[in-house]
Amino acid sequence: MNEKIIEAIGINKYFHDPKTVKVLKEISFSVCKGEFVSITGKSGCGKSTLLYILSTMDTDYEGDLLIHGVSMKKKREGELAKVRNEKIGFVFQFHYLLNEFSVLKNVMLPGLKLGKRPEKEIEHYAYEKLKILGIESEALKKPNQLSGGQKQRVAIARALINNPLIIMGDEPTGNLDKKNSETVFNIFKELAEEYNQSLLIVTHDNEFADRTDRIIEMEDGKIINQ
Amino acid sequence: MKTKLIINISRSLLLARWKQTLVAAVGVTFSITMFIGLLSFMSGLNDLLDGLIINRTPHIRLYNEIQPSKNQPIDLSKKYKNHYNFIRSVKPKNEKLEIYNSAAIIKALEKDDRVYGIAPKITTQVFYNVGSIDLTGVINGIDVESENKLFLFSDYVTEGNYIDLKNIPNSIILGKAAAEKMLANIGDVIQVTTAKGERMQLKVVGYFQSGLQEIDKVQSYASINTTQKLLGETSNYVTDIQIKLKDLLIAPQLAKEYQNLFDLEAIDIQTANSQFETGSFIRTLISYAVGITLLIVAGFGIYNILNMMIYDKMDSIAILKATGFSGKDVNAIFITIASSIGVFGGIMGLMFGLGLSALIDQVPFNTEALPTITTYPINYNIKFYIIGGVFSIITTYFAGYFPSRKASKIDPVVIIRGK
Ligand SMILES: Nc1ncnc2c1ncn2[C@@H]1O[C@H](COP(=O)(O)OP(=O)(O)O)[C@@H](O)[C@H]1O
Ligand SMILES: [Mg+2]
Repeated sequence: MNEKIIEAIGINKYFHDPKTVKVLKEISFSVCKGEFVSITGKSGCGKSTLLYILSTMDTDYEGDLLIHGVSMKKKREGELAKVRNEKIGFVFQFHYLLNEFSVLKNVMLPGLKLGKRPEKEIEHYAYEKLKILGIESEALKKPNQLSGGQKQRVAIARALINNPLIIMGDEPTGNLDKKNSETVFNIFKELAEEYNQSLLIVTHDNEFADRTDRIIEMEDGKIINQ
Repeated sequence: MKTKLIINISRSLLLARWKQTLVAAVGVTFSITMFIGLLSFMSGLNDLLDGLIINRTPHIRLYNEIQPSKNQPIDLSKKYKNHYNFIRSVKPKNEKLEIYNSAAIIKALEKDDRVYGIAPKITTQVFYNVGSIDLTGVINGIDVESENKLFLFSDYVTEGNYIDLKNIPNSIILGKAAAEKMLANIGDVIQVTTAKGERMQLKVVGYFQSGLQEIDKVQSYASINTTQKLLGETSNYVTDIQIKLKDLLIAPQLAKEYQNLFDLEAIDIQTANSQFETGSFIRTLISYAVGITLLIVAGFGIYNILNMMIYDKMDSIAILKATGFSGKDVNAIFITIASSIGVFGGIMGLMFGLGLSALIDQVPFNTEALPTITTYPINYNIKFYIIGGVFSIITTYFAGYFPSRKASKIDPVVIIRGK
C-alpha cells in the first residue's frame, strides 16, 4: 500500500491572462497503489488545472511531479506523450471519443500506439475491457450511436487498455444522470477493489466523494484537507 | 507498426471528409493535367517551328563572300608598317562566288566522321520571264538525292514528284507562290534569264511549299547540272557546301575550324538562327510558368482544406495527444493526408494529361503554310511527366507542412478546457 504511484511536490501554477493570478499554491500530495482518491472543491478552485498538470499535459508550472518515482520536470514533449500513453488513463467530463472510428478501435488506439503487443491481441484485450464495462455488444458501432453513459464507459475502457498505473478523471460523472453516475462509480470502485487499480477522480458530487478511500479538499488553489 | 497506425488514422480522417479531400485532389489533378497538356502542346509546337528551320538549314554552310580584301597592299609594305594607314573607298575585286576546288573539299568532308552528310548547292539570281514582265527569283541548284536525305526536300514538294527534277533534264520545281504569279501549271515550260543575260527554257515538274510565303514567292529548285548549264559553268561549279553534323551542338566550333582549314566563309546554324532559339526559349518559359502557377494554386487549395480539416478535428487531435500520441505523430498524420492527396491527384493528373495530349493530337490542323502537318503537334516527352509528378508531391508536401505543424502544436489542455 506504500508504493507511491504519483507524487506532487510543491506545485505552483500561474495564469498570466489577463493579469497574473496564482491558481495553484504549494500543492503537495501523493497517491499510492490501489488507492481510490477523490478531489473536491468549489468550482474555480483549480481542480482541473491541477489534473492537467498531473496528467503531464500541462508543463507550465513550478514544483515537481513524480510518476512512479520519476520526475516529469525535465522530460520532452515526446517522452511525456509516451508517459501518458503507457502510465496514465484519462477520463474526461465530456466523452471525447473519435467518431471516425468504431467503439472497439477507439479503445484499441492507445494500445496500438504503445505497440507492445500484436494487433490481434490488443483487439482481444479491448473486447475484454468492454465486457468488464458491460458494453461489448456495442463494440462495432460508431461512438455517436451511443448514449452518454455508454460513451463514458467506452472512455473508461480506453483508459484501461494499457493497464495504466493510474486513472485520472475530471468530473467523469458530471454530465451523467443519477443512474449512469452510479454505474460509473461502481465500475471505479470495482477496479480499485478487484484489480488494485489506483484512481484519482475530480468531482463536486459529495455523495460520490464520500464513498472513495480518501478525499482531497481544495479551496482557492490550496489543499485544505487530505 | 507505427507507420501502419499513422496511415490507418490518416485514412480514417481522410475518408470521414472524403468530399473535401476529393475537391483538393481534383484541384491537383486539374493542374497536373493542364501542366502536361500545355507543355506537351507547346513543346510540340516548338519542335514543329524549329523543325521548319532546322530541317532545312544546314548545320554549317560553306560559301565564298565577295568582300574587299582584308590585306591592302600598303599593309605589306615594310616602310609603313608602324604607321596607321587609312584607305578610303575600298572596293572588292572581281571575284567569283564559286568555291574553288569544291570536289577536294567535299572529299575531305566525307572523311570527317563528325559529318553526317554533305549537299553541294548553287544559288543564283534569275528573272522569271512572264510575258513582258520579269519577276526576280532565286534558283537553287541542288543534288536532288542528298538534298532529300539531309533536308527532307520531298516533304515540301506538295505537287509533282521531286525525283523528276533529277530524271527530267532542264526541269524546275517552282515555289508555289511564284507559280501562282506566273500562272504556270505542272508540265508547262517557263523561261528564265540569268543575271548575265543568258536565257533558258525550263519544264515545271512540281510545286514547292516551305511554309514561309516570302520564300515561296522567289525560290525555285533545279538540279545542280541544269543550273550549271544555265550559268554556262563547268560541272565543278558550286557556290555552297551544306553540311549536316551528327551532333548539332558542335556546329559553331566546327564552323571556325572549317573556315580556317578551307579558307572559306562558314556559318553555323546557331549563329544563323539565334532569334529562333530565343523564341523557343520564351515559349517554353511561359508554358512552365503557367504550369507551375497552376500547381501552386492547387497547393493553396490543399493548404486551405487541410487547415479546415485541422480546425474541424481539433477535438480528435486533443484526444490523440491526451492518450499518448506525440506532436510528431500528429504531424505525420497530417503530412500523410496531404501527401496522399498529392500522390492520388498527381497520378490522376498524369493520366488525364496523357489523355488530353492524345486528344489534342487528334484535332485536325490543316494550314497552307505547313503542308506536312495534319493535326496539332504534341511532344510526348517523359520529362514533363516526371516534372509534373515530382512537383505535385513537392507542392502538396509544402501545402501540408504548415497546417501539420499547426496541428502538432495544438495544446490539448486548451481544447479540453474550452468545452
Ligand atoms: N487559460 C486560463 N487563463 C486564465 N485563467 C484561467 C485559465 N484557465 C483557468 N483559469 C482560471 O483558473 C482558475 C481555476 O480553474 P479550474 O482549474 O478550471 O477550476 P475548477 O476545475 O476547479 O473548476 C479559475 O479561476 C479559472 O478562471
Ligand atoms: Mg473543472
